[in-house]
Amino acid sequence: MRDSLPIFTKYPLGELLSGTRWAPTSDPERFGMLPLMLGSLYVTLGAMVIAVPLGLATAVFIAEVAPKPVQEFLKPTVEMLAAVPSVVYGFLGLLLVGPWLADAMDLPVGRFAGVGALILAFMAMPTIVSVSEDAIRAVPVALRENSLALGATRWQTIVRVVLPAGRSGIIASIMLGLGRAIGETMTVLMVTGNAAVIPQGLAGMLKPVRTMTATIAAEMGETAYRTEHYYALFAVGLLLFIITFITNSIADWAVRSAGGMRE
Amino acid sequence: MKSRHLVHPRLAEKVAFGGLWTAAVVVIAPVFGIIAYMLYRGIGALNPEMFQVGTKGLVPAIVGTTALVLLTALIAAPLGVAAAIYLSEYAGRGPLVRAIRLALVNLAGVPSVVYGLFGLALFVMLFQLGRCLLAGACTLALLVLPLVISASEEALRQVPHSLRQASWGIGATRWQTIRRIVLPNAMPGIITALILSIGRAAGETAPILFTAAFYSLSKPFPTSLKDPILVLPYQLYVMATEDPHATEEQKWATAFILVVLVVALNLAAIAIRARLRRKQRW
Repeated sequence: MRDSLPIFTKYPLGELLSGTRWAPTSDPERFGMLPLMLGSLYVTLGAMVIAVPLGLATAVFIAEVAPKPVQEFLKPTVEMLAAVPSVVYGFLGLLLVGPWLADAMDLPVGRFAGVGALILAFMAMPTIVSVSEDAIRAVPVALRENSLALGATRWQTIVRVVLPAGRSGIIASIMLGLGRAIGETMTVLMVTGNAAVIPQGLAGMLKPVRTMTATIAAEMGETAYRTEHYYALFAVGLLLFIITFITNSIADWAVRSAGGMRE
Repeated sequence: MKSRHLVHPRLAEKVAFGGLWTAAVVVIAPVFGIIAYMLYRGIGALNPEMFQVGTKGLVPAIVGTTALVLLTALIAAPLGVAAAIYLSEYAGRGPLVRAIRLALVNLAGVPSVVYGLFGLALFVMLFQLGRCLLAGACTLALLVLPLVISASEEALRQVPHSLRQASWGIGATRWQTIRRIVLPNAMPGIITALILSIGRAAGETAPILFTAAFYSLSKPFPTSLKDPILVLPYQLYVMATEDPHATEEQKWATAFILVVLVVALNLAAIAIRARLRRKQRW
């Protein structure tokens, strides 16, 4: 990561972070990272809006509601979904999901932020489902039995007792899913259209965007060693590293505080 | 007495559980549909020609992927297992060990493209390896190390302490105990960890984009560690986005083989883990 430093000596940090144009090949070169950060933010938040409610519902379903055979089928299936390589998800997005969505919504091309968000949601979901399912299962049976004995229904018990008791693990699962979505590279590179523009409003979800990860993957191959562009891409990598470090630390902290509570 | 509830709790429960069933179906069904479609297209696209050497088939990428993941495992296994032995058998609870654990947790979450950058700066540029098999394997080894270390450490910790004490009791040294008692008993767990990390490495694209991968069907097989290589995920990426000559059949066949390979490795790991649980003597 040492290689990201030279760019900071040439351009002030504020300009890099708030610059609105990423145009490494124009003259003069511009390395404003704002469009890239917003691109990542759009796709990631879009993914989380889909993945968190569905993922949590599935976790509750597997842990509390599903009959045993359904449970035993769903658990390994969800784990297997996590194992499918991201380039395959990108490929399916590019050939199937994108064109379908474009057809359904009458858009000219099937490559825009929303496709990336949708596919990332399905990629982040296995993490959210399995980590929060573990958290829900870790809630002591005694708490449940007390609630049921007081006359609460199973649903009331889930909402008022089990979920609050398992909340640290659930927070951890969301942060881990978020980290996976931000860091995902190949899928977004293939399906989001890669235009380094600042997305605006909800309509931005239907336009092409470019994320930080996709920028690195797309441009590093053609960049000469030790040019400003090379250093700028390392700076983007450093920024990504810092962001995922923060989300992972929050997840780790949430897990730890949950462990403390139970002891 | 008037009920405080808007709807009867029993009814609310029925509605809510119905919602949960729906959510699970929404999560699973489209993925199943798409995967079934992919298998259907993939099997339809496979023909004997694709497995002939020298044609625009799958053999070079399969060979390249195999070479890359085996070399990755060869680098990651000794380092990872050694680190796990240190953490599980020797390390105390000092601040250094805590820092190592924190680093491992965080490294496991670093985006793979950042590993790619790191591999480019360190192996390709600084060590002057160039874009090659060796540089790619080193980068992937770094990527899977956190997984190998934490899973191996878990396997070592599962070996009961009484076994170690029995060994020490008959005069064995610490190292003899580790080598003859602890490691053999933890071996299935460690092998599971290695298979899982091979599965992970086989599917990764971003870390090898600038460290090892190339796309050319004219010089398909690597002859030394310093050759760039053709691998399945990168072939799929290039065929899907850049190569106008790639046919639909080639794309679907590549995706199919890649998914089958990765899923097979994961199933193998799950099977070993299940067998291990049944055979466990403690």
